Amino acid sequence: MKILVCAKQVPNTKNVTTDPVTGRINREGVESILNPDDANGLEAALAIKDANPGSTVTVISMGPDQAKEMLIECMAMGADDCILLSDRKFGGSDTWATSNAIAAGIKKIGDFDLLIGGRQAIDGDTAQVGPQIAEKLGIPQVTYAQDIKIDGKKVTVQRQLEDGYETIEVQMPCMITCVKELNEPRYMNIGRIYDAYDHPERITVWGFDDVDIREDETGLKPSPTNVFTSFAPAPKGAGKMLEGTEQEMVDQLFAEFKEKHII
Amino acid sequence: MGRLKEDRSDRSDWKGVWVFAEQRQGVLNSVAIELLGEGKKLADDIGTELCALLIGENMGDIAKDLIAYGADKVYVADAPLLKNYTTDGYTNVFEQAIEAYKPEIILLGATHIGRDLAPRVAKRVTTGLTADCTHLDYDSTKYTDFLAAITPAKVADKKIEDNAYNLKMTRPAFGGNLMATITCGSCRPQMATVRPGVMDKATRDDSRKGEVISLDIKLSEADIRTKVLEIVKTAKDMVSLTDAEIIVSGGAGLGSADGFKLMQEFADAVGGVVGASRAAVDAGWIDHSHQVGQTGTTVKPKIYFACGISGAIQHLAGMQNSDIIVAINKNEIAPIFEVADYGIVGDLYKVVPMIIEAWGKNA
Ligand SMILES: Cc1cc2nc3c(=O)[nH]c(=O)nc-3n(C[C@H](O)[C@H](O)[C@H](O)COP(=O)(O)OP(=O)(O)OC[C@H]3O[C@@H](n4cnc5c(N)ncnc54)[C@H](O)[C@@H]3O)c2cc1C
Ligand SMILES: Nc1ncnc2c1ncn2[C@@H]1O[C@H](COP(=O)(O)O)[C@@H](O)[C@H]1O
Repeated sequence: MKILVCAKQVPNTKNVTTDPVTGRINREGVESILNPDDANGLEAALAIKDANPGSTVTVISMGPDQAKEMLIECMAMGADDCILLSDRKFGGSDTWATSNAIAAGIKKIGDFDLLIGGRQAIDGDTAQVGPQIAEKLGIPQVTYAQDIKIDGKKVTVQRQLEDGYETIEVQMPCMITCVKELNEPRYMNIGRIYDAYDHPERITVWGFDDVDIREDETGLKPSPTNVFTSFAPAPKGAGKMLEGTEQEMVDQLFAEFKEKHII
Repeated sequence: MGRLKEDRSDRSDWKGVWVFAEQRQGVLNSVAIELLGEGKKLADDIGTELCALLIGENMGDIAKDLIAYGADKVYVADAPLLKNYTTDGYTNVFEQAIEAYKPEIILLGATHIGRDLAPRVAKRVTTGLTADCTHLDYDSTKYTDFLAAITPAKVADKKIEDNAYNLKMTRPAFGGNLMATITCGSCRPQMATVRPGVMDKATRDDSRKGEVISLDIKLSEADIRTKVLEIVKTAKDMVSLTDAEIIVSGGAGLGSADGFKLMQEFADAVGGVVGASRAAVDAGWIDHSHQVGQTGTTVKPKIYFACGISGAIQHLAGMQNSDIIVAINKNEIAPIFEVADYGIVGDLYKVVPMIIEAWGKNA
């Protein structure tokens, strides 16, 4: 089985801070990581490969050169090879333009059985790129996968809902996006880390001219959405710290509630 | 299809504010009522009509309900093939409806269905999509006022002018560390998914009049490439955090799963619903369906009691719009106190029983 995995390098937003005046992200010192949901996607692919000997797992990413670090991590987990789409002409893409570029990369790779991605990336938080790649490729999608079963060309997916799940059947080739409840991503294997560094040729870099895409399909200008402005969220005006013993504080609280007709 | 010409003269071909009236098994999702509330404001500012798109099979009186909640027109696609949500079935309906009626704006709830459907539709009709919005403006003055109230950041007048006829869609990104306003100036329709629980619900008025229009949809079995085998509810009841007027939320400070017994007692006493921070959910003390925050539910109750919650930015993102926030925490420098209207530094196991007692006497 030929499995493709979409993975993105993202800043670890848990440690991100913003400048309250300019609203810019303080990028210095923020580590870049493999997007968490994508690690679940890669794990799903590797588990299918383990169960179906002879399968291959190829990771495809779009991003600047430094995304290679993340791809090495993917190979150290067990991916066979990687494609990095990197070109200044891709930069500034919104999800529409990003999905065009990644779909062009996938078309160049050729036939595949399964395309797996994360539900969403923790920087943009859009969850749009997966479905938009599927649409561009003209294949069906199942998002929010929390369980995947393979039977020949038939895939049965539990799709997470807010209050439960639905079970969905779909035929390959298809796109599946994964949530963290799907699995526990495996650790990198030390031997494979060395191996990945020793075989840089397993990461193929494609630029704009290497894939079948037009200038009006990717990058900043053709992107339908624009970031109009960005700013740090305003902290709500500080309230009142109540004082005294615990009982006194509770009494004050209810005095305030009454005065303001809250209860 | 969605691209506007360079000179933008064809902009006026696109008219009306549409909301997707998401229903599951014949029950209208409450986010649809929030979208109608927000959509009405936008439609009034633009001077256009508010329409709802309803997709499914045998949906009873939902179309009437949508009119009562403010829709001037309800477009209905009713067919056996649309009984359950499928990406392909609904995308095809959307595409045909957009082609036929050319709406200027389309809002969908950022639910597990909305976030599956909207990107596919946007891509199909070649337009942009802004994810998970928490604030929308059409009117430029209202937008500048909104910005001025929450940030010292300024936007150039020229930029505002250029976007006078574009929807300004504001959303959190980078895990809630950053807010961004997105516009979609070169394509129509302008599409956004809207975070559930954030916008004010429309008020119901059964005397409202509206038109129900049946869509003539071309759809065959072969168009739908996924099969829904079953739909399973695991949460005992949908924990209706979004509708709750009072929420009592517990965090890591509870110390153990047992702490949620006190929280339940608290909720029962004040007529509220139990919420939780991610830390408490990850510790396995309570089900994920109770989680409030960026990756859980966004809430806006009249009173939010945060008990033993430190106030990580991802939690704050989901509750800071509550009318009144009361924080109880041992640690006086916990970030939760920065958003709290009333802060109580103390042991929640002492304070909560006192609040329960005082509530009984006062309410
Ligand atoms: C605050 C914010 C909110 C957003 N909201 C939306 C939204 O609602 N809807 C929407 O459609 N989009 C939105 N976007 C854009 C969307 O997030 C991006 O398409 C995607 O998630 C990458 O974001 P980025 O910050 O990496 O963007 P950028 O840094 O502008 O990069 C865009 C894409 O190009 C790639 N890239 C960057 N440099 C290079 C390079 N040298 N070579 C190759 N590739 C490169 C990136 O990896 C990325 O995939 C938003 C972006 C931001 C910053
Ligand atoms: N630049 C990229 N390269 C590869 N995959 C991506 C890229 N951007 C997004 N994806 C995939 O799409 C998913 C959703 O991303 P997003 O729409 O940005 O939230 C990610 O988890 C990845 O699987």
